[in-house]
Amino acid sequence: MEKTWNNKAWFMVLPVLVLVAFSAVIPLMTVVNYSVQDTFGNNEFFWNGTQWFTDLLRSQRFWDSLSRNLIFSGIILALEIPLGILIALNMPKKGAWVSVCLVLMALPLLVPWNVVGTIWQIFGRTDIGLFGYVANALGFDYNYVQDPVDAWLTVIVMDVWHWTSLVVLLCYASLVSIPDAYYQAAKIDGASRLAVFRYIQLPKMRRVLTIAILLRFMDSFMIYTEPFVVTGGGPGNSTTFLSIDLVKMALGQFDLGPAAAMSIVYFLIILLFSWVFYTVMTASDAQN
Amino acid sequence: MARITLDHIRHAYSPEAEARGDYALKEVHHEWEDGGAYALLGPSGCGKTTLLNIISGLIRPSGGRIAFNGVDVTDLPTEARNIAQVFQFPVVYDTMTVYDNLAFPLRNRHVPEAQVDKRVREILAMTDLESMAKQRARGLTADQKQKISLARGLVRADVNAILFDEPLTVIDPHLKWMLRSQLKQLHRSSGFTMVYVTHDQTEALTFADKVVVMYEGEIVQIGTPTELFERPSHTFVGYFIGSPGMNVMPAAVQGRTAVIGGQEIALAGTPKLGGEGRIELGIRPEFVRLERGGLPISIDKVEDIGRQKIVRARFAGHPLSIVLDEDQDIPADAGARFEPGAIGIYANSWRVGMEA
Repeated sequence: MEKTWNNKAWFMVLPVLVLVAFSAVIPLMTVVNYSVQDTFGNNEFFWNGTQWFTDLLRSQRFWDSLSRNLIFSGIILALEIPLGILIALNMPKKGAWVSVCLVLMALPLLVPWNVVGTIWQIFGRTDIGLFGYVANALGFDYNYVQDPVDAWLTVIVMDVWHWTSLVVLLCYASLVSIPDAYYQAAKIDGASRLAVFRYIQLPKMRRVLTIAILLRFMDSFMIYTEPFVVTGGGPGNSTTFLSIDLVKMALGQFDLGPAAAMSIVYFLIILLFSWVFYTVMTASDAQN
Repeated sequence: MARITLDHIRHAYSPEAEARGDYALKEVHHEWEDGGAYALLGPSGCGKTTLLNIISGLIRPSGGRIAFNGVDVTDLPTEARNIAQVFQFPVVYDTMTVYDNLAFPLRNRHVPEAQVDKRVREILAMTDLESMAKQRARGLTADQKQKISLARGLVRADVNAILFDEPLTVIDPHLKWMLRSQLKQLHRSSGFTMVYVTHDQTEALTFADKVVVMYEGEIVQIGTPTELFERPSHTFVGYFIGSPGMNVMPAAVQGRTAVIGGQEIALAGTPKLGGEGRIELGIRPEFVRLERGGLPISIDKVEDIGRQKIVRARFAGHPLSIVLDEDQDIPADAGARFEPGAIGIYANSWRVGMEA
């Protein structure tokens, strides 16, 4: 039988193409477009080559905010992952308290970002904030508006408060899926608490931990709203992360070219980290 | 290796259930010999796993004491009881190799590494797992994983008892046969006290010296396979063991005669009845003869199952199964005859003794 060739079927893909074009490709290309050109307004553009990129990579300001971002992500991962595992391990497995704990855990995740920022902004204020006021009354010199360390402390504690629950819920879900027989067998085999964690619970949580670390890394690397609301990037530039810096550059100074170059580099960094991390985790998975 | 004493053990899963008298395990009072192979046999929910978990210490009984070699262990945690247990579904430590899985219980007890190695190799050889010793347990099939669980149960040489909780459920039939006979062999060579939970009578009868039949939270009989077959002490045992199960019919007893539907049946002796409740007559299908001039029966159908024929008939309105040899003819006007020595009389489901 003769095959009939009919390329009209390609039209079926058209809606998706249009959708993706408008939602992703065109905005991204606009950014690419800005990143290689210079403009003085009036929609007049001049070819600028890779100038913005070389400028960016040579600027101290970029490296400073990048390292602030990396340090921030490192700290919150180091805090939230172990803490999340610890809480998940200690949550009840059955009974009436299960739902109470789950709801309590889910609450911070339901609060909008800028509300979280506002809560902590007020909470930490030395004049009317409960925490800030009490800390000072007890003789601690705490002031996140003036002291960079206090500002960092506030932003980190806020992130831990906001996002540890995510790690807890992911870990808890995989923990409750472990059949009782495993724990019973471990008892029979005389395994210590640590061995139970190392050989039963941790292997079971491995996959969700990969996801949790990826999510928390990407999210914390893109953090904007909460520190913006609490510290506005200050004092000085001490809590100016990449995203805050980017917004300052693009909307504050209206330097569209450098901002576009920065956006692209920013995106590539996240992509690179996620790819490396994912590859390493799945490779060690396959090895097992 | 230990003698296990179950001293008035009973268990309810919650205090409320206990208050209602709703026991998952009603009173069990027995002594199991050192080095014996016991099978706990019974339908699902009869309390056999509960009893097993009480022995291993995973459950603390609501009442009664349990002792190994006369030493009370009721309050000892599982780890301290020195028990090995194999579960229904495979439990393996995924991230470890097969070898490390077997070594795990020994290393946890700080056995010197040279001894660990010797023992693990022995068991690997015994269970045919040598070829995969270096493999990680993760990628293995359910069969293989269960073999690892079994092997891990056998690896400690000094355990008080090895408990098996329906360990062959996930194993395919061919391998089941092999493993079962390997276990039996192992029991003979090692002298471990072994307790084996199952709901499969073939498994229980081939594995155990003594079969413990459980029904609704009670032990209804402990005996050798022959005893269970020939003298079931409870109608449930008669029904559960043997295929088809024992014929049980309501009867009236007058001296050395039982009467069912107006028909008189001779007994081997006089049942010692205290005048109590429901009286039944039980006889295995293997001990019913078909011959001319016997008790009047009507035959519904004949099932040919190869070496034997099963005759499904009715006697005085009650169903009656009869097992015949394959080549035995069925006369047209056949009646049934019960072998007097094989008849048991049951009062309220329990077998009563007879006076000669």
